[in-house]
Amino acid sequence: MMTEQKKPIVEIKNLYKSYHRASLVVPVLYDITFDIAEGEFLALMGPSGSGKTTLLNLIAGIDKVDEGTIHVGDVDITTLSETELAAWRANSVGFIFQFYNLIPVLKAVENVELPLHLTTLSKSKRREHAEIALAMVGLDHRMDHYPGEMSGGEQQRVAIARAIVTDPTILVADEPTGDLDRASAEEILSMMERLNRDMGKTIIMVTHDPRAASRASVMRHLDKGYLNHDAAQNPL
Amino acid sequence: MMLLKILFRNAFHNKLRSSLTILGIAVAILAFGLLRTVVSSFYAGVEAASASRLVTRNAISIIFPLPISYTEKIRQVEGVKMVSYGNWFGGIYINEKNFFPNFCVEPRTYFALYPEFVLEERQKKEFLADRKGAVAGQKLAAKFGWKIGDTITLKGTIYPGNWDFVLRAIYTGRDNTVDQTQFFFHWTYLNEAVKKRAPVFAEQVGFYMVGVNRPDVAADTAVMIDKTFKNSLAETLTETEKAFNLGFIAMSEAIVTAIQMVSFIVIFIIMAVVANTMAMTTRERTGDYAIMKTLGFGAKDITILIFGEALVITLTGGLIGIILTFPAARIFGQELATYFPVFLVSAQTIYMDVAAALIIAFLAAIIPTRHAIRIRIADGLRRIG
Ligand SMILES: Nc1ncnc2c1ncn2[C@@H]1O[C@H](COP(=O)(O)OP(=O)(O)OP(=O)(O)O)[C@@H](O)[C@H]1O
Ligand SMILES: [Mg+2]
Repeated sequence: MMTEQKKPIVEIKNLYKSYHRASLVVPVLYDITFDIAEGEFLALMGPSGSGKTTLLNLIAGIDKVDEGTIHVGDVDITTLSETELAAWRANSVGFIFQFYNLIPVLKAVENVELPLHLTTLSKSKRREHAEIALAMVGLDHRMDHYPGEMSGGEQQRVAIARAIVTDPTILVADEPTGDLDRASAEEILSMMERLNRDMGKTIIMVTHDPRAASRASVMRHLDKGYLNHDAAQNPL
Repeated sequence: MMLLKILFRNAFHNKLRSSLTILGIAVAILAFGLLRTVVSSFYAGVEAASASRLVTRNAISIIFPLPISYTEKIRQVEGVKMVSYGNWFGGIYINEKNFFPNFCVEPRTYFALYPEFVLEERQKKEFLADRKGAVAGQKLAAKFGWKIGDTITLKGTIYPGNWDFVLRAIYTGRDNTVDQTQFFFHWTYLNEAVKKRAPVFAEQVGFYMVGVNRPDVAADTAVMIDKTFKNSLAETLTETEKAFNLGFIAMSEAIVTAIQMVSFIVIFIIMAVVANTMAMTTRERTGDYAIMKTLGFGAKDITILIFGEALVITLTGGLIGIILTFPAARIFGQELATYFPVFLVSAQTIYMDVAAALIIAFLAAIIPTRHAIRIRIADGLRRIG
């Protein structure tokens, strides 16, 4: 209950989204309104096709709304141009996806460094930050390995390191454990939990795995594009 | 820097595919370079022609001669500096396969008009002193292993019988664009023999070689020469050496055009191949580009990645092709020395090679780049699964 006292870091108001396929309009999200508090670990759940990924992409600024507003911090990201949005993403959002999404020709440490190339950090600072981030996910000994030489769990940890290296405002994760075995999934979830608890990171995680969702502080359900309004607070 | 790292590694990520593409480009550029060299070799004689030389021949046809008595009259035309003359001899050395151009000329003036044929002073003197003396180009002498002092026998075709010459001099070229496969001997040697056997054919020349004072008014000089012999028994046709040489290759021009077209078709085909390869590799990397855009990289960065990769591949292939062109042209030139006395890869051919490689890269990269930039991030990410 204590999260509700904090000022929301994300405010979503009356959001609508549909896709256009040929002449067909496919409505995906209807009138979504909710807040995410700073330091919240939100699990977004729902059946396949309910619009979870779409909603997450809108919050993370990689897709455009049809209607409605999304405030992240003080910025209404729905008013930003494509270029402004890119710069905003580079600054404010850390991304973790289901399929690791590392650049295969870059070593682990180079992958983690990648987003820092859009900052003004010096070469040595970039390397330093990347090494710290890798150490935080326990992979400092695998720095020079290419993604292809690592297990799925390890690759996902590199992706987490890349997501946190810029110290973003929010972390978004789309089924981060969806492609992992149980043990690796637990490891990833614990890592995210720690990021949330110890470092106060706001995390928005899409999942349809109840066990994954149970690690979150708040759960919300999407069903056929509608948000179930009774958000469940995790008893923890 | 980091983009460079990615694009270089991308270019060689799929080793088999990259190697095959590079090999294809190298072969295409090699073929293109050789074909272009064949084309320019066709025109080598034209290119080597001097603007200060005119050729005067019988107006009816090159196969009809002119009287030797024209020498003095031509010399008196305004603007004429020097007059030489000669006949196409058409002799065969041992057998027809050993074709090389052979002429009898008035040697003193002829070599004065051709400063690009470089003769050693002592050899030149000995040649001029010997009635049966002959001069051969260095490449020709090397081909048959001739040495100074050797007796060389040519079988006459226009002038029947066996003709013996003594090789007195070997000329080299002032530069490597000079044809060094020709053979010259004294016009008087031929004329004396003809006088004895068939006097009606004596005192005649096949062509006059005319040196002019001012190349810029050479055309006027040519007109004046022809005017001098208007309404005489043998009217003349005078043209610049360039025009004269062009006349010889006019017949084969259609072939040259065909070769030129083939050279462009080769480039066109490899362009399609490289475009296809680039389309394939970039489609496989749709997710990578989407991730980079997600992280905040822009259209410019994606453009650098894809164009850079295409450039790395085509320029690597192009460079290998260009490097191979030189030894290939040397072998080609040696084998075909009879047809192409000068077979040199020109600087222009290399520029065209480079231009072709750049155009291939550009055209192969443009559509994938457009696609990678336009695709929505969300759609790009979906492709990964
Ligand atoms: N680019 C698109 N064009 C058309 N329809 C789309 C597009 N992207 C998604 N959709 C549709 O929107 C709906 C919601 O998709 P979304 O990916 O957000 O679902 P999801 O809840 O993440 O599902 P899953 O659990 O399977 O990942 C689906 O019906 C999907 O087919
Ligand atoms: Mg999804």
